[in-house]
Amino acid sequence: MDWTWFHRLASPPHIYRVAGTLTPWFAWPAGLLIVSALYAGLFLAPPDYQQGEGFRMIYVHAPSAWLSVMIYGVMATAAAVGLIWRMKVAHAAAASCAAIGASFTFVSLVTGMLWGKPMWGTYWVWDPRLTAQLVLLFLYLGYMALRSGIDDLGRADRASAVLAIIGVVNLPIIRYSVEWWNSIHQAPSVMKMERPSMPFDMLAPLLMMLLGFTLMFAAVMLVRVRAEVLRRERGASWVKEVVS
Amino acid sequence: MKDFFAMGGYAAFLWPAYAVTFAVVAWNIVAARRAHQEALLEARRRLSTDADGDAS
Repeated sequence: MDWTWFHRLASPPHIYRVAGTLTPWFAWPAGLLIVSALYAGLFLAPPDYQQGEGFRMIYVHAPSAWLSVMIYGVMATAAAVGLIWRMKVAHAAAASCAAIGASFTFVSLVTGMLWGKPMWGTYWVWDPRLTAQLVLLFLYLGYMALRSGIDDLGRADRASAVLAIIGVVNLPIIRYSVEWWNSIHQAPSVMKMERPSMPFDMLAPLLMMLLGFTLMFAAVMLVRVRAEVLRRERGASWVKEVVS
Repeated sequence: MKDFFAMGGYAAFLWPAYAVTFAVVAWNIVAARRAHQEALLEARRRLSTDADGDAS
């Protein structure tokens, strides 16, 4: 099989250019979706029959929780690709995910606490779902600390990749914690096999917000990948053309 | 409008949550762009010092 396309795809100047071209194609739809979802979620969606207006927390809590887990999956996959095929661009992509993922894990925890207080009567409880999500935050922070603690870039890439891959065991724990153990946290209402348990005008803003946040992550990650690639390739001849 | 901001009594929980969420979204956009600008500046600085070195 001819692998030249793959090597061209993975070449830093190509990635740098493509990432730059793609960014607005993710950023603008993301902005549009998030703003419409905000309007629909706050004004058009009817109050919940049990939680009243308090259910509107879902429009910020679920998308950030989704991002926190999805970004970890992207980060670990990129790290594995970098480790197995010794692909520097993949390591750069993995490194670009960490701060974004950590920030949305933080958001999911804070919004969860602010939802927990009025609904459960407490900001925090050492529940399986909540604890696993806190472990996710520590995984991201550990990954970043490990990277910044190793001066040699190649070693930092490999060591942090191993940590990222080991941390993947936490993802199914987060996902299934509400089914395996008696969790205070509710089971999924959208991301499950059966039909979502929500009326359309409540569900539509949530789906728009989920898609909007996902596209926003893609745009932010592409910009960070460009920065990371540029930093790693400062001596390369293609960089001259880019910066001059 | 007052009803809207009161959010059925959940205002004290909802609005801080929305504020934190969109502050972090904004931070992500700003931080990523800044990282890219800094990488560009750094590359430029390196190139200009290299050029100076060649000239001398």
